[in-house]
Amino acid sequence: MFRETEILQTASQVSSTGGDLEGAGDLVINVGPQHPATHGVLHLVITLNGETIKKVEPHLGYIHRSIEKMCESLTYRQFIYVTSRMDYLSAHMNNHACALCVEKGMQIEVPERAKVVRVIMDELTRIASHELWWGAMAMDVGAFTPFFHAFRERETINEIMEETCGARLTMNYYVPGGLMAELHPDFQKKVKSFITLFKSKIDEYDELVTGNIIFQNRMKGVGYLSAEDAVSFGCSGPTARGSGVSSDIRKLYPYAAYDQVQFDEVLENGCDSFARYMIRIREMKQSVRIIEQLIDNIPEGDFQAKTKAVLKLPKGEFYTRVETARGELGVYIVSEGGTTPYRIKFRSPGFSNLSALDQMARGSKLGDLVAMMGTLDLVIPDIDR
Amino acid sequence: MWSLSYIANALHDWLYQTFSPTLALIIEMVIAGIAVIGLFAVLGLVLVIMERRVAAWMQIRLGPNRVGPFGLLQSLADTLKLLVKEGMTPSGSDKFLFNLAPYIAMMVAMLLMAPIAFAKDFQLWDLNIGVLYVSAVSSIMVISILMAGWASNNKYSLMGAMRSGAQIVSYELSAGLSVLVVVVLTGSLKISDIIQSQADGWWIFKGHVPVLVAFVIFIIAVTAETNRAPFDLAEAESELTAGFHTEYSGMKFALFFLAEYINVFIVCSIGAILFLGGWMPFHIGHWEGFNRVMDYIPSSIWFFGKTFFLIFVIMWFRWTFPRLRIDQLLNLEWKYLLPISMINILLATAIAIAGWHF
Repeated sequence: MFRETEILQTASQVSSTGGDLEGAGDLVINVGPQHPATHGVLHLVITLNGETIKKVEPHLGYIHRSIEKMCESLTYRQFIYVTSRMDYLSAHMNNHACALCVEKGMQIEVPERAKVVRVIMDELTRIASHELWWGAMAMDVGAFTPFFHAFRERETINEIMEETCGARLTMNYYVPGGLMAELHPDFQKKVKSFITLFKSKIDEYDELVTGNIIFQNRMKGVGYLSAEDAVSFGCSGPTARGSGVSSDIRKLYPYAAYDQVQFDEVLENGCDSFARYMIRIREMKQSVRIIEQLIDNIPEGDFQAKTKAVLKLPKGEFYTRVETARGELGVYIVSEGGTTPYRIKFRSPGFSNLSALDQMARGSKLGDLVAMMGTLDLVIPDIDR
Repeated sequence: MWSLSYIANALHDWLYQTFSPTLALIIEMVIAGIAVIGLFAVLGLVLVIMERRVAAWMQIRLGPNRVGPFGLLQSLADTLKLLVKEGMTPSGSDKFLFNLAPYIAMMVAMLLMAPIAFAKDFQLWDLNIGVLYVSAVSSIMVISILMAGWASNNKYSLMGAMRSGAQIVSYELSAGLSVLVVVVLTGSLKISDIIQSQADGWWIFKGHVPVLVAFVIFIIAVTAETNRAPFDLAEAESELTAGFHTEYSGMKFALFFLAEYINVFIVCSIGAILFLGGWMPFHIGHWEGFNRVMDYIPSSIWFFGKTFFLIFVIMWFRWTFPRLRIDQLLNLEWKYLLPISMINILLATAIAIAGWHF
């Protein structure tokens, strides 16, 4: 109850009760938990002076499902499926991190075929996630049409996923030791036709949004996050790379088949919203490059390593990390030697990225806050878990 | 040339032959009032369905296509739904102003219908200060938005209203100055005179550069004045949920919604009248044959064709551009459009005095 009253207090109440938050002329507004700009149930308490932002306070917990606690009562085969519901836009990458952690603990050797397919699937998911982000980003700054154009291409990826994994969003395709099932016979053909389609459309994105003078004016020079701040807030993924901080786990700590492929870590030195925007646009092109190298070279062989029926991780602590579409996802498992984790902790990228919002937003206009949240690419279930 | 004015004149003559002059005048006024309300409703429905179809076309989807043939009755169904919906008044609001605001918005839109010439000699009120009347009455719109934003007792609404106030007041200057260019060239504020002056060619063709510049500025300024994207800061759904009409529901919301569309229609028809000749067919100088062929197309079709073309352009803006920020919006007006307009009107005056225009 105390928390509720604290959140919903207005400036006048604060000044009359001698609060230290703000002066009497300030306007406190609650953006969310139900608000079109927050892409979910995020609650921001914003202190405004006219249109200028003085302070942004995120309040979390509206979609907290205690996934970490749930995982503790599930076996090492089962808990992976729950993690698809964390960052639902990069479900494959979440599963990948968990599978890697279990494999590390059990010292399971994953077949080459599974490694390569995992990379292809991860990159397809990354493209799909960035497509959705691009549409939502344009919508945040007020342009509706790009959303539909983005979903046109994303739909193709969803169809590929549906054929092979049986699901479109929470795919649950990775198991400890490899993949759950063999690839669909049409997989390679479909992916190649997607790449052809995507390459013809990516320039359209630039024409429609990136090159637009209004869009550039909205993005350039706002939401400044210096490299030092990005590091100290623990930002990762495109948010950190937009500030020139090299943080691509795929490059720095290669996992699966990422050491076999050629790709560039995308870095921008703008430190502003536009830099973070360009990172994701360029990352989509790099993802296509990775898929192109691997799609014709999927090794033959088993898609799954032979594992015991009941997995028991040895006593100890295990940590793995992967690069999701939003940044670094870490999985930390403490095992007591049983069939379920003793403690599990996810280091989600969205949580750290959101913490930098206040630093970025101070002093800019309310309209820009929405654009900045767009460039952070927040997925609220990823933040709250 | 067939025109709607034949019906109007026949009715006028019959009324004055049948009834006493006073009674005939009253009946005429009632008929005009009903006609405006009818036109208001029909235009609202048509423009909403047009907007949705244009949006769907640009967004590679189908748009409404279930209710009635080609989904044409969709907006009728929506209106019925809004009519039976409860119009809530928030408990903390200023009830009188809250309920008054949508009616002012609608009243302004209706008043603006008066001087518009829908066809040859078909005009409710051809007052001698027609253009001035339009700019004066359209400024009342901001009062209804401010009233709605203030009375809602909602911070989003208040911010939307505040933005809208700054925006409409600023952009009125550019809109007014670009309208003045045509007024200077014509030498009259009367709508019928302005249209008549374009009998040998529309102003956009014979007015040299100043009129072209004025036309572009006019389109930008009226898009901002009617709160349409990319200048829809008063609504800004991704920032302020729905801006000044966040708290409105049911028919009160529908009135705001209708007023917005009617305002779009009105500013586009003013643009058509000033720059594209209104109901005047496309004429080229002394090409008698060509001009006569053009005259066979009814004048109301010319008027609505031009107006709907401009409406389409404004809808095109909405579904293409991102929204500006409030400071960028005001910068655009005060730093670019207003100085350009001022130089432009001096240029136009010089041209008018020297008689260089065609």
